[in-house]
Amino acid sequence: MSTTLLDRVRSIAADVLEVPVDRISAGSSPETIDTWDSVHHLNLVLALEQEFNLQFEPEEIDQMKDIHHILEILGNKVTQG
Amino acid sequence: MNNSEARQEIDHLIAAGDLTTAARELADLWVNEASPSAASFVVQRFEALRKNLKLQPYRLAILRSFTVEPMVPLFRAAAFCAGIDLTIYVSDFNAYVQAMVDSGSTLYAFAPDAALLAVQTRDVVPEFWDDFGSLKEEQIHAIAQRVSSEFRDWVRAFRKHSPAHLILHNLEQPMNPSWGLLDAQQRDGQTAAIADINTAIRNLASEQAGIYVLDYERLIARHGRATWHDERKWVTVRLPIAASNLNHVVQEWMRFLHPLTGKLAKAVAVDLDNTIWGGIIGEDGMEGIRLGTEYPGSAYQAVQRALVDLYQRGILLAVCSKNNREDALQALEKHPGMILKPWHFAAMRINWTEKSQNLREIAEELNIGIDALAFLDDNPIERQQVRSALPEVFVIDLPTDPVNFSRAVRQCPLFERLSLSAEDQQRGAIYQAQRERQQLERGVTSREDFYRSLHQEAEISPLTKATLARVAQLTNKTNQFNLTTRRYSEQQIADIAASEGWECFSLRLRDRFGDNGLVGVAITHLEGDVSQIDTLLLSCRVIGRSVETALLSFLAERARAHGARRLQGWFLPTKKNAPARDFYAAHGFTTAHQNGDGTLWSLDLAANPIPAPEWVRVRILNGDR
Repeated sequence: MSTTLLDRVRSIAADVLEVPVDRISAGSSPETIDTWDSVHHLNLVLALEQEFNLQFEPEEIDQMKDIHHILEILGNKVTQG
Repeated sequence: MNNSEARQEIDHLIAAGDLTTAARELADLWVNEASPSAASFVVQRFEALRKNLKLQPYRLAILRSFTVEPMVPLFRAAAFCAGIDLTIYVSDFNAYVQAMVDSGSTLYAFAPDAALLAVQTRDVVPEFWDDFGSLKEEQIHAIAQRVSSEFRDWVRAFRKHSPAHLILHNLEQPMNPSWGLLDAQQRDGQTAAIADINTAIRNLASEQAGIYVLDYERLIARHGRATWHDERKWVTVRLPIAASNLNHVVQEWMRFLHPLTGKLAKAVAVDLDNTIWGGIIGEDGMEGIRLGTEYPGSAYQAVQRALVDLYQRGILLAVCSKNNREDALQALEKHPGMILKPWHFAAMRINWTEKSQNLREIAEELNIGIDALAFLDDNPIERQQVRSALPEVFVIDLPTDPVNFSRAVRQCPLFERLSLSAEDQQRGAIYQAQRERQQLERGVTSREDFYRSLHQEAEISPLTKATLARVAQLTNKTNQFNLTTRRYSEQQIADIAASEGWECFSLRLRDRFGDNGLVGVAITHLEGDVSQIDTLLLSCRVIGRSVETALLSFLAERARAHGARRLQGWFLPTKKNAPARDFYAAHGFTTAHQNGDGTLWSLDLAANPIPAPEWVRVRILNGDR
């Protein structure tokens, strides 16, 4: 389950942040990916919302500081759902 | 899951240099997966390919009162897939008024081809959105008046500084009106007040060329108001629209972009069995096919009604069916459930030949480019055959359930038009007369006899308000007999006609079979003793009947009357205007200049009269100014 989730998030992040998939790992963040600015962050959030058919709370969006946190928040929401 | 196999396949194609296939697969990817992540992928790949593909550049400004940034990549991806390379300018947040009013703004420096004014009810008229319940009747009227005149001022300012098209989002209605049920019982309710402003916005568009309304209120209603918004993102990042609806806004913008860029279908070829009736006429017979007011026949009547609406819009219909001709014709002519009649169809190919071959013949018979043809067929195999044999043809993806066929036809952006001339509405009938003309042509022996038998009457008139829309449309749609292929908006045509030394004429042609409508345009300007032909074009359906000579003869007379000694005009070759190539040479012009763009032809007016052909009666009108 978690591998699949990681793969899905990685490929979406790679598309949105305009980098190859292998550049994205659980530790990737705006510090490690140059293109990850506020506009791309919003696009990433929207891409995840559409892909997983859910809406994030504002606090959750604030917590999405890196791929690891995104996976954690998504994991909670997906299993809850 | 986003389709990583499709992405890898596309990257392989690009690496292998098969860019045309890569572009097609990118478009397929976009159809299957219209998401922010797919948009980002599609845009990146097209940006790498754009210099090797023939894409139409277009500059679009978005003036907005809310966050539109996430829609920009979606919009660019959709446009790329339609063959349009979109450069997008986004105004500063809530600075749309300054951008429009200030002639030195970055908006005008950007020089857009079109601008979108995307504002919301809650931003332009917050009193109606948040505080309606506490407003008095006279306040309601005053506010509606104020906002209506604000829109009018913005449009006026924009028009003063830019010839670009302007698309106005109208105002959305709240989900729950302040007064609840009472709102619908009152004359001055919230719904009525917002609708009043929308009426004022619509009037702005109907009064002026190049101003259009995007019915944002209907867009929300169509997709469901209950799930349209995301209030949390509105409060946090000023994005009022839920992620799943962003692409619906983009699709609506695309419906405007198609007519604005001329990426349109002029005709649609339709299959018969299981497309406009249920069942197979050759097997089920007249009594067996499903077509009528009962389900499932009602679904096929619905798609027929959608096609009749296209016919009324000036889009030509053709039949392209694998069938025994007699069986199919009998159903078309005699089945009581038919909404479409045989005379709706400008061409018919009912045989057992491959559909791609039939489509080629249909395009030729209708005198339109193969890229101006759409194809409607329930059978995915036939659609695939056409797609691979004729990639230029627009193949409509029909859903599997016939109940949804009519929706697919009605939502296809290639059939959208932003203005309609009288010619558009009569086009089907005009083509029918054309078929009769061709039968006559086969019956007469010489070319001249044929011309004489047509009893042609050309009416040449300076530009008028009534002809403006059609004249601009002809400059944008005419490809074959068009010497310079210069595209002009209505605003540009109006500006040209009002300029010192410039003249703009239209030509209407009647013959024994009826009125062909407005079919020719000429634009000239006088520079010293040279009359220069800026634009000379004739609709393809009247080419080769010597009307072009009559028009040139008129221009020569006119130039002489203005004291010109030479008549000059460029021929700028394109992929499609070969029929106009020898036009100037055939009328005694000689080459004056040549460069990479084309050839400048010149005629000494004193030495070379251009007689009007005796079989075209010419009437000159004075116009309305």
